[in-house]
Amino acid sequence: MGDVAIRVENLSKQYQISAVQHRHDTLRDQLMDGLKSVLRRHGRSRASRDTFWALKDVSFEVAQGEAVGIIGRNGAGKSTLLKILSRITKPTAGRAEIIGRVGSLLEVGTGFDRELSGRENIYLSGAILGMKKAEITEKFDEIVAFAEVEKFVDTPVKRYSSGMYLRLAFAVAAHLEPEILLVDEVLAVGDAIFQKKCLGKMGEVGRSGRTILFVSHNMAAVTRLCNLALWLEHGQLHAVGDVDEVIARYLAAGAKGCGEMRFSEDLDQCPGSEYVRLTAVRVRNHEGGVTNVLDVRFPFSVEMVYRILRPTANLRLGLRIAAHDGTVVFSTRDLDDGQEVQVRNPGGYISRCTIPGNFLDYGQYFVSFGADTPITRSHFALDQALAFRIEPTGGVGGHVADGRSGLLRLRLPWIIEKLS
Amino acid sequence: MIPAPNVVIQPSETLLHLDLGAIWQYRELLYFLVWRDVKVRYKQTAIGIGWAILQPLISMLLFTIVFGNFANIPSDGLPYPVFIYAALLPWTYFAQALGRSGISLVGNANLISKVYFPRLMIPLAATLAPTVDFLFSFAILLGLMGWFGIAPTWGMLALPLFLLLAVMTAVAMGLWLAPLNVKYRDVGHTIPVLIQFWMYASPVVYPVSLVPEQWRLLYSLNPMAGVIEGFRWALLGQASPDFMVMAVSAAMVAALLFGGMLYFQRMEETFADVV
Repeated sequence: MGDVAIRVENLSKQYQISAVQHRHDTLRDQLMDGLKSVLRRHGRSRASRDTFWALKDVSFEVAQGEAVGIIGRNGAGKSTLLKILSRITKPTAGRAEIIGRVGSLLEVGTGFDRELSGRENIYLSGAILGMKKAEITEKFDEIVAFAEVEKFVDTPVKRYSSGMYLRLAFAVAAHLEPEILLVDEVLAVGDAIFQKKCLGKMGEVGRSGRTILFVSHNMAAVTRLCNLALWLEHGQLHAVGDVDEVIARYLAAGAKGCGEMRFSEDLDQCPGSEYVRLTAVRVRNHEGGVTNVLDVRFPFSVEMVYRILRPTANLRLGLRIAAHDGTVVFSTRDLDDGQEVQVRNPGGYISRCTIPGNFLDYGQYFVSFGADTPITRSHFALDQALAFRIEPTGGVGGHVADGRSGLLRLRLPWIIEKLS
Repeated sequence: MIPAPNVVIQPSETLLHLDLGAIWQYRELLYFLVWRDVKVRYKQTAIGIGWAILQPLISMLLFTIVFGNFANIPSDGLPYPVFIYAALLPWTYFAQALGRSGISLVGNANLISKVYFPRLMIPLAATLAPTVDFLFSFAILLGLMGWFGIAPTWGMLALPLFLLLAVMTAVAMGLWLAPLNVKYRDVGHTIPVLIQFWMYASPVVYPVSLVPEQWRLLYSLNPMAGVIEGFRWALLGQASPDFMVMAVSAAMVAALLFGGMLYFQRMEETFADVV
């Protein structure tokens, strides 16, 4: 331990927008979108408009055996960094040194061919990910068992259910045994059980002393897997350090501090669809004041202000409250009570949810908002748009100092009886 | 795992940084890619690898009727079916290799943008996969020769050499076309036309003896002319090929190959960003 596994010095990657402008595939759109958002944020000059830095002067070192979570918003350069370190793309400037065998896992099912059977795909994908044939043969049974596809090994994977496909794909990747593992958001797919299994496997990898670089938006997963976090912002290294500390700072910075978020004056710029546009979200305390600091003892409300543009049936708005490490505490929707299917006619609306006092424990929380028409479509989804803090002002058990664990601070019936 | 300790990642500075060792290192991957190409090609077909035989066979029948009978194109005294099949063997291989390798990088975009391995493997695998088809259709040729009573000669031992020349030609073209197609998808549409044009520029349906003497040297700049002539000589024992023609063909392939390597390497770094 202590030896350097990854050393990155002034690593930069520039994308030339003008060079890709005449092309027709999605990359162009992706880059243009990336550029536009960068430009909007920075108000850059005209001169720099045809290039943009996806990564700029990033330097860091990772010691052997460390698990590093790379966090940051979309377009912050996380994936670019991983792609450079996996040698998929070259940096424009700077250098990176990697000491040890690298395995990179940028998607689940790299190299899978739908026409081939499970058995054939294990070999193909294994070889593409960098395993030797002998090595795959050795681990074959283990992979099949992990994926739970014993009966279907010789069936073409196109006939697999999506769950089986994912399990098999992950199983192959999970049996890579590199000294340094680069993982990008592969856990974002699959059901909860599958994700848990993946996380477990990754944790195993971490404990076996291998170095992990893990890109994710799932803060709970990062917290669980990593001991360090690296926060990228607009292609630059914003912070690096202890995982809990960096994540707390990251999340706090991501949410607006004032208990309210108003969207653009221009309705078209607001999150939403041709049916509904969200104009503001806010947190109000029990007296109706907009704030982000709340007294644990009193109820408070979270509201969404929106405009309906076309008569809309079955529209459903909801919110999700997550703790400081990303763990979701609960989510709730405005049609939860099973109200009659109501058509909302054009006009301004508010959906307000009241959250009881003596419920959430002290600490920092984040609210995400979303609206959809069930089964049909999603209208908007805003991740962690607001933050609030529950202040320790007493309440349940608050009359004596206590550091209790858990996310809730409920008043539950207790009986104290003296036994005769 | 493939050992790759102490990798330094930085913008490349040298013009030529050929890493042929990497090809050797990743030989198992190459094998699997070829194997995949062969396997997937005939999945869910009723006659499977039979298509490898059927395709040149049908072309042979067609060309024999059109060029051998209607147009009465000379075949240097050989039965036209054998004469043309001996050429169709390398030609069908080449046409397939060219067609597949030209679009190989774009076809494997998902791999290129998700995992690292020497990119050269992709067009290389695409040019090697049709050699399997070649072997099957070769068996048919032996049958044809028996049918027409043509005895194999010692020249047949030189056949691998000509096949190698065909493979090299296909690899060289693949090195140019595949990266070009990444940048300009137009190339993908041009390749079928190019293949058709190239066939008539090669002595597939007619003998080289039909080409006027003064044009021969220029004609042999087409490496496939050398390959096809070589096949006819090695299999059917026609007059031994013009060594001048062979040398020009080989030199042409070497030049194409070298240039292709340079071009491929220059483009390689941007594949993942552009594809």
